Amino acid sequence: MKGPQRLEEQVGRLVTHMGAVFPGERAVFRGHDLHASLKDLGWLELYLFGITGRRFTPQQMSVLQAIWSYTSYPDARIWNNRVAALAGTARSTGTLGIAAALAVSEAQIYGRGVDLRAIEFLARAKVHVDAGEDLAELVRAVLKSERGIAGYGRPIASGDERIGPMMALVREKGLDGGLHLKLAFEVERILIAGRWRLRMNYAALTAALCADFGLSPREYYFFGIPAFLAGMPPCYLEAADKPAGLLFPLPCRVMRYEGVPRRQLRR
Amino acid sequence: MNMETIHTRIWQEEPEPDNAFAAASCHCHGYDVYGDLLPNASWIEYLFLLFRGEAPSLAQARLLEGLALALANPGPRDAAVHAAMCGGVGGSPSASCLMAALAVGAGASGGAREVRLAMEDWLARGTDAALWQTGLAATPVDNPADVWPAPGHAPGFDPHGVRCTGPVRQTLAHLAGLGCGPSLPWLQAQRPLLESAAGLPLAMTGVAAAALLDLGFTPAQGEMLHLLLRLPGAAVHALEQKDYGHKKFPFFRVELENDPGPAGAGLKTEDRA
Repeated sequence: MKGPQRLEEQVGRLVTHMGAVFPGERAVFRGHDLHASLKDLGWLELYLFGITGRRFTPQQMSVLQAIWSYTSYPDARIWNNRVAALAGTARSTGTLGIAAALAVSEAQIYGRGVDLRAIEFLARAKVHVDAGEDLAELVRAVLKSERGIAGYGRPIASGDERIGPMMALVREKGLDGGLHLKLAFEVERILIAGRWRLRMNYAALTAALCADFGLSPREYYFFGIPAFLAGMPPCYLEAADKPAGLLFPLPCRVMRYEGVPRRQLRR
Repeated sequence: MNMETIHTRIWQEEPEPDNAFAAASCHCHGYDVYGDLLPNASWIEYLFLLFRGEAPSLAQARLLEGLALALANPGPRDAAVHAAMCGGVGGSPSASCLMAALAVGAGASGGAREVRLAMEDWLARGTDAALWQTGLAATPVDNPADVWPAPGHAPGFDPHGVRCTGPVRQTLAHLAGLGCGPSLPWLQAQRPLLESAAGLPLAMTGVAAAALLDLGFTPAQGEMLHLLLRLPGAAVHALEQKDYGHKKFPFFRVELENDPGPAGAGLKTEDRA
């Protein structure tokens, strides 16, 4: 079946195994009654169950929770947070500001774009090593073809303050033995020993941990969507509490014009 | 990293003498916006200037005007407009409706991403029929490291279409006749051949990609313009559905494939209470 017949079959109906609400009666979430068999799930557990259909151990849950917490910075200078803060100073709504800030978090040099590339690289590295190939060779090839490895190096700083606390928690929970995690550190060793001097950043660490917990790249991407969320409302709120327009005011002199000289429209 | 300067080739301002935060004059790519463009240029000419850095020729202005009109409202069946209406019908803020239209209208199936991909195809294949035939016959490649899902069909063609629709044919014929760039007339002449290679009819995204290319826009600029130019329809349909109200808006029938049934089915009446 193709073309409009395929569309015709779906008119007016939602065929799903993900869930539905029966208003006034009950709600079903991935085949389970939300208010009965899933009623004791924490919010993050439910969020991950929605993405994967799977449950995670309490130790894994505390690491997954910390992955978000440790990267939630209420710093309104950071580009995505700044969007939330600017919405506050411009007296837009909290939801608009934060939804836009989350959308902006799908960036190429940080956030979701890096997350996906980092976990995909580690998955590739594991396949490579499992096949008995040399990891250093893959690192060299990726650096050559992609001019960098997602999860190594950082746009603003060289070190990453999140790695120490995260590894402490991972060790405390006994989750430091995963193969992807070992590979992530091995890649860092290769990069430091070589001429590249790129240190591992949080993206590679969290991608490795989540890969070790069984998340696919796609599942990891969805898990990461609210990663920066907790830092955003403070940015909005503080800006909204100040008089309008006082956050990052820009005088005309901040603009450095580098374009063509002045001219007139010819009619 | 420079913390205090915004570099721009587009915009130049002079402050009012008594207020550094208020512009006394604004120049866009060298033109005085309020002294020269406002009395002398049309909105569509200004739009072209903003993106391209040069004022358009008459033919270019006509082509962008025609494209803007053709794209302005894809109608309420379009997924992006549908998304905007979902905002309107529940009384969401106007910006939420437009953000919904942007998010959905950004996609690689019928949206701005598809236009960008089609423009990239145009840049790689030009007006070489053999390159198009080979390219269209190939299955789009999935990149698991990309946040964008893999396109399921050749960009610029209708994945569910039977024949090239009236509006697409009319738009192509009109825009191709405006004498601006080689892509549109070539597309007009080669449409049957390309459709046969793709196994699908040409879609509005394909016409938009050719037009944007003929106007000299890059794929990234084309993607942005496609997002922008389709917002008017999303806006008015969102407002209209807000007036009609949710009781007149479709909610659809659900067919749950793994329904566990009522949780309280085995319980006694007092337990249910």
